[in-house]
Amino acid sequence: MELKRVVVTGLGAITPLGHNVADTWAAVVDGVSGAGPITRFDASLFKTQFACEVKDFDPSLYFDRKEARKYDRYAQYAVIAAKEGVEDSGLDLEKVNKNRVGVIFAAGIGGIRTFEEEVGGFYLNEDKGPRFNPFFIPKMIADIAAGHISMMYGFHGPNYATVSACASSTNALIDAFNNIRLGKADVIVTGGAEAAITVAGIGGFNAMHAISTRNDDPKGASRPFSASRDGFVMGEGGVCLVLEELEHALARGAKIYAEVAGGGMSADAYHLTATHPEGLGATLVMENALADAEMKPEEVDYINVHGTSTPVGDISEVKAIKKVFGQHAYDLNISSTKSMTGHLLGAAGAIEAMICVKSVENDIVPPTINFTEGDEDPEIDYKLNFTFNKAQKRTVNVALSNTFGFGGHNASIIVKKFVK
Amino acid sequence: MSEIASRVKAIIVDKLAVEESEVTPEASFTNDLGADSLDTVELIMDFEKEFGVSIPDDQTEKIQTVGDAIAYIEANVK
Repeated sequence: MELKRVVVTGLGAITPLGHNVADTWAAVVDGVSGAGPITRFDASLFKTQFACEVKDFDPSLYFDRKEARKYDRYAQYAVIAAKEGVEDSGLDLEKVNKNRVGVIFAAGIGGIRTFEEEVGGFYLNEDKGPRFNPFFIPKMIADIAAGHISMMYGFHGPNYATVSACASSTNALIDAFNNIRLGKADVIVTGGAEAAITVAGIGGFNAMHAISTRNDDPKGASRPFSASRDGFVMGEGGVCLVLEELEHALARGAKIYAEVAGGGMSADAYHLTATHPEGLGATLVMENALADAEMKPEEVDYINVHGTSTPVGDISEVKAIKKVFGQHAYDLNISSTKSMTGHLLGAAGAIEAMICVKSVENDIVPPTINFTEGDEDPEIDYKLNFTFNKAQKRTVNVALSNTFGFGGHNASIIVKKFVK
Repeated sequence: MSEIASRVKAIIVDKLAVEESEVTPEASFTNDLGADSLDTVELIMDFEKEFGVSIPDDQTEKIQTVGDAIAYIEANVK
């Protein structure tokens, strides 16, 4: 069976840098940090008191009061991003065969705030016996965003969530890509959402020493590849990509942002949270993605790295890039946009794939911000081009996005300029 | 309108996002006020919380309208 070609025809986003794709992309190109003091709860007793929050978020702009209550914030982000993505795709909702439109939408955690509220409420009133809200489970579960989006539009195609921690939404994209390639759907609304800037989210990641504690400088805290990096900065939001079978897109005259070239998956099989020190899984996942795309390493112009700004992870990813790309590693651009967006966990793959698509569309590589001269890590090779501090113009025919999740899950996706 | 009735109505207006004028004694939660099965479970919980009563499952099934709820609570609130 011949595999079908898959293109990106719609984008949507609500992120720490903007409430839509245009604002988010503009901020990423300008090197703007989305970090600031936590406003969602009183974080004064926490080791980390800042994050990349979605700013000025007002659910009532998007949902009526009754609806808003039934959505955890993560699902609200998912639905908002999906609305923009579907609208941007220009799909004619009257004409499209909705049995052939799917939704594969990821979350790494899901409704953690809902979980806190309900379980916390139970323990406060333990003597009264179980009194859980009937919306507790359907608000919390990580697949409900995909359900909501399907209900909103009546899309009856494949529908589920993928979960692989911080690789979750790359897995969603790869699944969407594969489903369309195999002819299981014509269009899939895919992406990811997360809203874990909560007491348990920050407290839990703090306990692992995973997140930065640079409370005196939130905007400078996410500093991938700097010697003084001390962990990631939590982000949140939702990002949607509409993937579509090429002939279907051409037949309706859709605007095509880019083509999905391939996806790779692998496991470190090494440790719960630490990446393999030699980048074993990271090497394999990039090799798998290149093989799937039938591409040579030399064809890649830009790697949007996982690059979370953790002491161990950044080093092993660089090792892997050098292993896979050899001499070409020095010719391509590398950047970690988490330096600006923070780490969107289950939405990281989606926002970074969206950035890769925009990079391919505009021939601009967004920067890795917060690097200062003299802050070099002896274990990192600075002859590589990390696109520090300033976006760079270059032809981007092919961009690769890496994501690695706790549990050792690795997923990479490659997008390229669409050429008939 | 009794004080209980106005508190019951306020909860319904808030949770189901309906206009106060729609919340008549005859109005059925599911047929008239747009509630689904989960909404009605939540409403009953909110009544229990607001009035400090416990409504057994075999009674909740009988509470179909605004009037049913007000009557039950008026009869059972201490």
